[in-house]
Amino acid sequence: MVVAAVLDKMSEDQAMIELSDVTKVYNIGTIDVHALDGVSMSIHRGEMVAIMGASGSGKSTLMNVLGCLDVPSSGRYMLDGLEVGALSGNQLAEIRNRKIGFVFQTYNLLPRLTAQANVELSLLYGAGNDRKRRASEALDRVGLSDRTNHKPTELSGGQQQRVGIARALVKDPSILLADEPTGNLDSRSSTEIMEILMELNRDEGRTVIIVTHEPDIAAQAPRVITMRDGVIVSDGPPETLGQGATAAAGEAQQ
Amino acid sequence: MSPLVIITTALASLGASKLRTGLALLGIVIGVAAVISTMSVGRGAEESITEKIEALGTNLLFVRPTDTGPLSASTLTIEDGEALLDPILTPSIVAQAPEVSTSGVVVAGRENTFAQIVGVTPEYEFVRSYSVSSGQFITNEQVVTRDEVAVLGSEVAETLFGFRDPVGQTLRISGRQFRVTGVLETRGGTALGNLDGQILVPITTAYYRLSSQRTTQGGIAVQAINVQVEGIDSMDQAIQEVATSLRLRHRITDEDDFTITSQEETIETLTETQETFALFLGAIAGISLLVGGIGIMNIMMVSVTERTREIGIRKAMGAKWRDILLQFVSEATLLSLGGGIFGAVLGIVLSRLMDGREIIGQTFETSLSGDITVLALTVAAAIGLFFGIYPAARAANLHPIEALRYD
Repeated sequence: MVVAAVLDKMSEDQAMIELSDVTKVYNIGTIDVHALDGVSMSIHRGEMVAIMGASGSGKSTLMNVLGCLDVPSSGRYMLDGLEVGALSGNQLAEIRNRKIGFVFQTYNLLPRLTAQANVELSLLYGAGNDRKRRASEALDRVGLSDRTNHKPTELSGGQQQRVGIARALVKDPSILLADEPTGNLDSRSSTEIMEILMELNRDEGRTVIIVTHEPDIAAQAPRVITMRDGVIVSDGPPETLGQGATAAAGEAQQ
Repeated sequence: MSPLVIITTALASLGASKLRTGLALLGIVIGVAAVISTMSVGRGAEESITEKIEALGTNLLFVRPTDTGPLSASTLTIEDGEALLDPILTPSIVAQAPEVSTSGVVVAGRENTFAQIVGVTPEYEFVRSYSVSSGQFITNEQVVTRDEVAVLGSEVAETLFGFRDPVGQTLRISGRQFRVTGVLETRGGTALGNLDGQILVPITTAYYRLSSQRTTQGGIAVQAINVQVEGIDSMDQAIQEVATSLRLRHRITDEDDFTITSQEETIETLTETQETFALFLGAIAGISLLVGGIGIMNIMMVSVTERTREIGIRKAMGAKWRDILLQFVSEATLLSLGGGIFGAVLGIVLSRLMDGREIIGQTFETSLSGDITVLALTVAAAIGLFFGIYPAARAANLHPIEALRYD
C-alpha cells in the first residue's frame, strides 16, 4: 500500500498544479487591488495542502484561481499540463466539471433537492451516465447512505458538509478544493470532516487543498502555505509555521 | 444535458413556487383564451355573412345607376334590362330582374307598418332565390295589367295579420288598396338589409301607382337590375358584356352612368370589413397575451435574482453558459406553453358557450378551428421564449464567483 503510493508519486514527476508569478488585480473604481501579487508554487498529485492566511491575504482569490472560477491577470497557471489563463468561460466550466471538486464553507447545497439529487447535480453537466449509482456510492463513502432522501434542512451542519464532500467526490476530480470546510461547524463535526478529507488523501491518494484561517486546522495538513498581502510568506510542514509567521511579522515591522 | 433532464429540472423549479407559477400562468391563460374566443367570434361572423349572401343567389351581378344626386333622374330603364338578354351582345347572361323600390306606410285593418316596397317582375323570384310559403309570386299578367297585388315578407305578414293567413286579405299602400297574393319564406336578416320586411308588387304597379320617377327618355326608371350569369367562371366576361351593351344603349363615350357590382365583390367587401374587425379584436386579445409575456419576464427576473446562488453553484459544478441559458429559457417556455394549453381549453369552452347565444342583443355565432388554437399556442410558446431569453441570458452571464458570494 505504502509502496504503491510511493511509486505513484515517483511516476508523477510533473507537478499537477504549477503557478509561476501569478497576479490577480481587481479594479475597484479607480484603485487597483492586487489580490495576488506574484505567487509561484507547485502542488503534486496526491498532496494535501493547507492554504492559510487572514482575511484579505489573498487566499480566497488564490482558491478561485486554483478552482478555475477565475483566471490570473498575469503569470502562468498550469493544471495537469493545461494553461488555464488562455481558456474561455465555457472551457473553464468544462475543467471545473471534469477536474475540480469544490467543498464550500456554507455547504452550498440546493435546499429543494435531496442529498442524493444534490450529489447528482455534480454529474449533471458532464457526459457520465448512471448518475444515481455513483451518487449513492459517494454518499456511502462519506457515511450518509441512510440519509440519501433527506433535504439539507433535515440534516445537521456536519451531515450537510458531508453531502458537500460527496458532491465534490462523485465526479472523481483531480483536485478536491475545500474553502473553509469547517468554518461553520462545531469542533466535533470539524474533526469528523477533517478526518474524511485526510482519509481521502491518505487512502485514495486524492489531491486535497484546504483553505482556512484557523491554524489548528491548517496544522493537520502535511504542508502549509501561508499567504499575506497577496504573496506566499511561508511554505512547508506545519512545524515551520512559527518561523514563517515570525518572518512575516518582521517584514511588516520594517 | 439531455432534454429530459432539462425539462424535469425546469418542472421541479416551477413546482417549487406553485402560487407564483400559477399567477404567472394566469396572464398567458387569459391572453390565449381571449385570442381564441375573439377570433372564433370573428370567424363565425364572417362565415355567417358569406353564407347569407350566398343564399341570395350566386352568379349575380347588380347594375345600378351611378348616384348623381338626389334630384337627378335615374338613367337605368326597364328596357336596358330587357336588352341584356340579347344572345349576341350579352351571351353570358341567363336572366335579368329589374327592381323599382320605394317605401311607405302599409295599413291593414288596425295594424300598420313602415315597409320597403319593391316593384319586381316574375324573374325576380329565381334570380334572387326567393320562394313563397303560401300563395304565389308576382305573375306576368299582373305586371302587364299593373295589378294592385302584393307579396309580403314574412315579418310584414306577421306584423299586419298576426297568425291569420294574409293571402286573400287586403291592405293599403299610399292610400291604394292591394290584395295579398302570397307570403315569402323567412330569409333572416342579411347584410343587404332585412328581406323579411319587404313587400313585393308588380314592377309596373310600383312605377305607375306608387312612385313617378321618369328617365329623360321616358322609359321606366329602375333602381337596380339583378343579372344572373350562366356560371361563376363567366363573371368577368359578363361584366364586360353588360357594360358594353349599356354603353351602346346610353351612347356613352366618356364616363359610365351605371355601376356593376358582383355578388363576389359584395362578399369580399363585407368579409374584408369583418376580417379587419376580427383582426382588431385579435390584436386587442394579443395585447393581453403580450402583457402575459411581460408578466412571465418579470417572474423570471425575480427568479433569476432569487436563485443567483443556485446559478453560482451550478456554474461551480461545471454548468456552461448554454446549460444555464437553456434551464431558464425552458422554464419560461414551459410556463407560457402550460398557460397556453389551459388558455386554449378555456377559450374553446368560452366560444362553445357563446355559440348561438344572445349577448347584449347580439347573437354570436362562433366558429372554432384547429388553426386558431395552434396559432395561439405557438404564439404563447414564442412569447415565453422571447421574454425568457433576456432573464436567462442574465443568469447565464453571471460570474460564478459573484453568484456564489450572493445572498
